[in-house]
Amino acid sequence: MNIHEYQAKDILQRFGVPVPRGEVASTPAEARAAAEKLGGQVVVKAQVHAGGRGKAGGVKLASNPDEAEKYAAGMLGTQLVTHQTGPQGVPVRKVLIAEATDIADELYLSIIVDGDLGVPVVIASTEGGVEIEVVAEKTPEKLFRVAGDPLLGLSPYHARDIAAALKVPASAQRATAALISNLYRVFVENDCSLVEINPLVITKSGDVIALDAKINLEDDALFRHKDLASLHDPEQEDELELRAHEADLAYVKLDGGRVGCMVNGAGLAMATMDITKWAGADPANFLDIGGSADEKRIEEAFKIIVSDKDVEIILVNLFAGIARADVVAQGIVNAAKETDAKLPMVVAMRGTNADEGRRILNESGLDISAAPDLAGAAEVLRDRLAGMKGGSR
Amino acid sequence: MSVLVGPNTKLLVQGLGRDGSFQASRMREYGTNMVAAVHPNRDGQKFEDVVPYFSTVKEAVAETGANTGVIFVPAAFAADAIVEQVDAGLELVVCISEGVPVQDMVKINAYVKQSNSRLVGPNCPGLIHPASKAKVGIIPGNIVKPGRVGVVSRSGTLTYEAIAQLVQVGLGQSSCVGIGGDPIHGTTFTDVLALFQEDDETDAIVMIGEIGGIREQLAAEFIHEHVTKPVVSAIAGQTAPPGKRMGHAGAIITGKAGLASEKNRVLTEAGVHVVESPAYIGAKMKEVLG
Repeated sequence: MNIHEYQAKDILQRFGVPVPRGEVASTPAEARAAAEKLGGQVVVKAQVHAGGRGKAGGVKLASNPDEAEKYAAGMLGTQLVTHQTGPQGVPVRKVLIAEATDIADELYLSIIVDGDLGVPVVIASTEGGVEIEVVAEKTPEKLFRVAGDPLLGLSPYHARDIAAALKVPASAQRATAALISNLYRVFVENDCSLVEINPLVITKSGDVIALDAKINLEDDALFRHKDLASLHDPEQEDELELRAHEADLAYVKLDGGRVGCMVNGAGLAMATMDITKWAGADPANFLDIGGSADEKRIEEAFKIIVSDKDVEIILVNLFAGIARADVVAQGIVNAAKETDAKLPMVVAMRGTNADEGRRILNESGLDISAAPDLAGAAEVLRDRLAGMKGGSR
Repeated sequence: MSVLVGPNTKLLVQGLGRDGSFQASRMREYGTNMVAAVHPNRDGQKFEDVVPYFSTVKEAVAETGANTGVIFVPAAFAADAIVEQVDAGLELVVCISEGVPVQDMVKINAYVKQSNSRLVGPNCPGLIHPASKAKVGIIPGNIVKPGRVGVVSRSGTLTYEAIAQLVQVGLGQSSCVGIGGDPIHGTTFTDVLALFQEDDETDAIVMIGEIGGIREQLAAEFIHEHVTKPVVSAIAGQTAPPGKRMGHAGAIITGKAGLASEKNRVLTEAGVHVVESPAYIGAKMKEVLG
C-alpha cells in the first residue's frame, strides 16, 4: 500500500528522522495560513501517489504566502499527470506546505527487503535527487549496499559505515548514522516494503534532513497495523484495481491492451498474458481469481473486465485445482447476462469439473470459442483476433 | 529414492479449517499416509474417523512418529506454526498458507536454517511423488502420472500446466515440487535441482520461473556447474510491466535482472533448453528426450 509524502514524514518524525517543518493543506486558504505560520520561503508540494511531481508542475517554490496560496489553488482539485501516472493523471486533494531548505548536498537512501538475501538491505548513494534506476544503470559503483541481519537488525557500526560511504561532512556523520538507524527501525517496525529518502539533504548549516519521503507498506502485514491501514487513499488508485482489491481479486490494469484475461493462479495468469502477445494483441490486465473463488467473486471479476473500455475480447484460462470449473463457468454466465456483455470469449478449461464447466458455457448462448490448453488458447485467440475489425491496434 | 516426499512420508496436517480439511481429504484419498491432525480443541476426536487429532505438534509427533508437516493455518499464524513444527523435529515442513508477512519470513528463514528441518514454501502448492502415491499439499492427484521427469516451479497452476503437458506427450513425473511465489522462501530452485540431480528416479527436469528476483540466475549458475540431466525451462511474465506486483509477492520487476528476457538469456547460456512460454514445455521435453 502506498501512502502520501506528508503521511510518510509523520511516521519518520515519530521515529526521530528529521524532516523539514511543514503542514498539509486542503484549500488555498489553508495553504496561505500554513505559509504565514512557517514564515519565509515555502515549497508547495502536490500530494499524489506518483513520482516525477517536480517535472509535472506538482512542486513549486513560493517566496511568500500570496504565492503559496496561488500555487496551491493551481494544484488542488486538478489531475496531476507525471511520467508514472497514466494519461488521465491522479487527483490532487492535498498539498504539503514545507519550509524551504538551503541545500548543500543531495544524497540517496532507501531500504527494501532483498528476497534473494532474505533480509532488509539499505541502499545509499552520493547521487541524490535523481532517479536511482538511472544511477544503478549508469554508475552502479556509486551505489552502496549494506544488508541487515534477522537477529541484529542494522548494527550501529553498519549505520556509521553507510554514513561514511555517503561522504557527509565530519560534523554531520553522527547525525547521519543516527538517521540511518532510525530509518531502519521505521522499516522493520511498520512492516514496510519500501522506505526511500530521495533526496536526503545536507543543509548549508550542516544539518541532515529527509527532504522527500516515500513509504510503501506491505499489504500482507496491515492486519497488525490498523493505524497505518487507515492511511489508505482510494482516490489515488485505478478505479478497476480498487474494485478488484475490495473483491479480494489480484488485478492489475495494463495500459494499451485489448485482451481481457481471467485466470486462476498468478503464474498461469502471467503465462496467459504472455500468450496473448504471441497471438498478436496486448493483454488488458493481469487477473488471478484465486484458488477458492465462489460464483459471486467470479461475477465481480467478469464485471471488472467488461467495465474496462479497452477490452474487445476475453480470454479465460482455468486450471481448476481447488477452484471448481463449473462454479467459474456459472459465474461468467451470470455476469455476462447481467451486464449484457456481447464480447467474444476464448475459453480453456481444465481440472476439477471441467466437463461440467464447458457444458454450462456451451449451453449459455454466449459467443465462446473453446481451446484445449495454453498453447491452443494462443492459436484460437489468434484466429478470433484475425476475424475482428481493427486488427492490431 | 524420491525427492523429499515418498513412501516413508508420515504426514501431519496443521490447520483443519475449510481448506485444510478439504485438502487433507484429497491427500488421504490419493494415498498419502496421514498420521496426525493438529487443530485447537479437538483432542480425542478423529479426522474422517481415522486420523487422531492433537492440540499441539509436539504431542502429535510423540504419539504418531510423524516426520513431515503441512501447514494450512491463516497467514497471520503461519510463521508461528512453522516454528512449532521445526521445534517438534519434523524433517520437512511445507507451508501452503499465502500472505505470510515478508518480515516474518526474514526471521523464520533464519530460524529454520539453524535447525535440522527443511521448509518448503510459504505460498506454495507443495509436493507430490506419484510412484508412491504420496502428496503433501494441493497438487491435484488425478493429473499426475508416475514417470521420470522432475518438475519444480514457483507457481502452483503452472506446475499443473507443466504436468498436464508432460502427460499429454506421454511423460510421467518422478517428483513435483512447488517452491512458492513469495520473495523469501525456504527451499529454492537450486536446492531442488541438487535433489533432482541426485535422484535416481529422475532423468530430466522441468523448471518454471517467473519475473522478479535472481533465483533463476542462481539456478542457471548451479545447472552449469552441477547438473548433468537435461533441464527444460520457461519464465512467466514477459509482458508484465516493471514495478507492478503480478499477484505473487515475489513477481515484481525491480531491476534488469528481474526481467523474463534476462533470465532466459542466462539460462540459455547455462545450457538449459529454454522455451518462450510455459505453453511449450511438454513438446520441448519430448524433443529433448527423443
